Amino acid sequence: MSDKLIKIVRFIGLGFLEPIIRLSRGEETKKNLTEILKKIVAPLASTLLFILLWQSGATALYNTEAEYRIEKAFKDQGQKAADEMTACIESGEVNCQPNTLPSPSQVKASFNSLLKDHKTISADKKAFKEKTADLNKKRIAEGKDPIVYTGRPSFVDQIITSIKTVFAGFLLAIFIAVPIGVVIGLSETLRSSINWLIQIFKPVSPVVWLLLVFMIVKTLTKDSDADSSFIISFISVGLCSMWATLVNTVMGVSTVDKDILNVAKVLKLGPFQKVFKVILPSSLPLIFTGLRITLSVAWMVLIAIELLAQSPGLGSFVWEEFQNGANDSNSKIIVAMFVIGIIGFLLDRIMLTIQKFVSFNKNEGA
Amino acid sequence: MALLSKNKRPDIITENGIEYTSKVMLDLQDLKKVYPTPKGDYVVLEHLNLQIMKEEFVTIIGHSGCGKTTMLSMIAGLNPISDGRISVLSNPIKGPGPDRGVIFQSPSLMPWLTTLENVMLGVRQVFPQAKKKQREDICKYYLSKVGLEGSFYKKASELSQGMQQRVGIARAFAIKPKVLLLDEPFGMLDSLTRGELQDVLIEIWNKEKITAVMITHDVDEAIFLADRVVMMTSGPRAKIGDILDIEFKRPRSRKAIIEHNDYYKYRKHLIDFLEH
Amino acid sequence: MAYLELNNVNKTYGKGANATEVLSNINLHIEEGEFVAIVGFSGSGKTTLVNLINGLLQPTSGEVLFKGNPIVDTSHERGVIFQNYSLLPWLTVYQNISVAVKETFPKESKQFRDERVKEYIEMVSLTPAINKRPKELSGGMRQRVSIARALAMDPEMIIMDEPLGALDALTRGNLQDEILNIWNKDKRTALLITNDVDEGIYMADRIIPLRPGPNATLGPEFKINIERPRDKTSLNDDPEFKKTRNGIIEYLMEIGEERSTSTDETEYVLPDLEPKYFD
Repeated sequence: MSDKLIKIVRFIGLGFLEPIIRLSRGEETKKNLTEILKKIVAPLASTLLFILLWQSGATALYNTEAEYRIEKAFKDQGQKAADEMTACIESGEVNCQPNTLPSPSQVKASFNSLLKDHKTISADKKAFKEKTADLNKKRIAEGKDPIVYTGRPSFVDQIITSIKTVFAGFLLAIFIAVPIGVVIGLSETLRSSINWLIQIFKPVSPVVWLLLVFMIVKTLTKDSDADSSFIISFISVGLCSMWATLVNTVMGVSTVDKDILNVAKVLKLGPFQKVFKVILPSSLPLIFTGLRITLSVAWMVLIAIELLAQSPGLGSFVWEEFQNGANDSNSKIIVAMFVIGIIGFLLDRIMLTIQKFVSFNKNEGA
Repeated sequence: MALLSKNKRPDIITENGIEYTSKVMLDLQDLKKVYPTPKGDYVVLEHLNLQIMKEEFVTIIGHSGCGKTTMLSMIAGLNPISDGRISVLSNPIKGPGPDRGVIFQSPSLMPWLTTLENVMLGVRQVFPQAKKKQREDICKYYLSKVGLEGSFYKKASELSQGMQQRVGIARAFAIKPKVLLLDEPFGMLDSLTRGELQDVLIEIWNKEKITAVMITHDVDEAIFLADRVVMMTSGPRAKIGDILDIEFKRPRSRKAIIEHNDYYKYRKHLIDFLEH
Repeated sequence: MAYLELNNVNKTYGKGANATEVLSNINLHIEEGEFVAIVGFSGSGKTTLVNLINGLLQPTSGEVLFKGNPIVDTSHERGVIFQNYSLLPWLTVYQNISVAVKETFPKESKQFRDERVKEYIEMVSLTPAINKRPKELSGGMRQRVSIARALAMDPEMIIMDEPLGALDALTRGNLQDEILNIWNKDKRTALLITNDVDEGIYMADRIIPLRPGPNATLGPEFKINIERPRDKTSLNDDPEFKKTRNGIIEYLMEIGEERSTSTDETEYVLPDLEPKYFD
């Protein structure tokens, strides 16, 4: 029973829990204790060390900034102003706080305030919905557009928007790259004739793709009320990130084991069967390696694209906070940074698990 | 032709042509294979003539690089012939097809399929008229014959090399080919597993008597399995150097064979050929 | 006391419920200057046995003695030739051997080492390929380099773990002769692990089968009373050869029969159908 548990835990990449499970069953106490030390205690200690370093770095930066302010006040306005500034900083007054790298506790406070903000906004939304429910019913009956909530999106809303966009882009990448990759992989002539195009487009920067997509989508969506910023960002994400999948699919399809292809030939499998029964399954592991790279590239590119395109999402959240320059803006940016990192990590984990599931060599994987 | 008359099989030497061809399953006539290279043509095989009878098991032995694998893949239709003719039951072959089953050196199973599905892949192709249950019975029958009753639903990648090659044997027999081509199928196995698989192969062959051509570099394997051992000269321009008839009765037992007086005589003949 | 001694050696991997005994109760005595072959099959634990003797592994119980002392670590006294050559791909033939020579003779002059490297390359007739890298060499040539490397370290004992398993028959035969020549020249002690009975008979003084694992153990030994140098062709007529060979093969067949125990008695019936071929 718990052997199964261990297997599952390992499979989804939570292997560090294994020694705890084993220990709770009383297996090899000494070995599992050292395992716990290695897999759980050591990472926790390194996290702690990281936070300490950050804290001391933030304090040092804070002091430098504070001194600079006091000195500046003294130079510009004399001793009295400097004293006022010192008192102001020490009192913790919001508008004279030195603006620098926030400390871990500040970041945590911002995180809490962002959550609180989200709660308020979603409560607002709910109230708004309830209030307009009857009215909207009437409007729909009359053939008019319903009234929708147009307030400021919360941090969590931004995250959800970003994840939606990245998945749309990822799906687009799959739908473009995999079929094209299979077709190109099957024919050597096509490979050599298209290869130069792939090689040229692959290294193009996300910014350029964004502009290109913007040119096209702007014209195409002129007369529709589609959400053009969403369309622009997800298409750009798809186009930027699909290359890894395309190249890997081509490689997987074109390097199917010759013996296996000979088997297909001897059995005289038809072209359809050959592709779906032999070529695709055998190149699946490589395709999935490509998809995994694609998803992580998509997530990275997405933040940059949102930032540039001003489409809603985490990227624009970071940018707005930076422009905003409010007192807690810096710590909100750091919160966003962690959220971006953690979501990227989770996406990669999900892909890794799926990849392990499809690969027929269960022992391989990262 | 001199080589053929040296071979005193009564079923070949017949006065009228009709009976002559009717017993020939696989006919290689004046076969030639040339690989063009920048330095000019490289002739792998030339003037190769060989007739293999129905229900005959022929092993082909020779040094590596002598073109035996080339010859086998030409019979399989996987490699185009440069000159000459290959015919099965007097019909010249056109490309690969399931009438010639191949067992490759590496098992070359689809690792993502179960053993049953691997065999099914071919069975579905040659028995399109069969019901699902019937097809499954065919697969199960042959898999059980190679000793894999307990592994129908195991993924091919979970099996050892020896077990995988058993599936390879089942897959080849299950499509009921007219000719079975074996390209050093046991070359990558250790000698104990090799012995086991030889037994598996010959047991199922004794039942089905499918004309078989097998390449090997193992002298003992060649003698144990074959009715005739064909020795090929070293390339380039390889051809048939000698043919040895193995007169042991079937079904053969390995123990009886190695204690038979002729065994070491045959063995010496083959080793002499290979050493010189 | 024998030169190499394994007394009641057991090797177990894992602990508690997961423990598997790979080798059990191995007793082996090899005298100085002797050539012993162990015929083992895949999965029979022969790699474990080799690692116990070269010092990479320690026995779970029992003792492994080399010249009377327990083996606790690898040593230049025992050279190992592996099946997969294990050459460094970025170094030339000369450099590959030079690395080993430098390791063994750190105090000797540069000239001495240079000569030694060249001498051993000459011995395996690879002088024309001295500046080539492994990927430019054939499998047989690579194994030659690996043999030269093992011998250049001047081991007292050579341990060979299926050294010729991946080579074709002709190259195999040539290398067997080369190994025998070298062994003959300075009468080192040799242990050969192989899966080829004929290779064992041709090369060794004694053949001992390793029964397949788990719980692999050594079978009865077969002495090979055939005069050296042996000749492959005339060996075939030697009654002693036939007797020994048949003895070993029959013993191995027995092992094989014990191993294949099919219990499922379900009879599957073959439907009476004719195949359809599409041209």
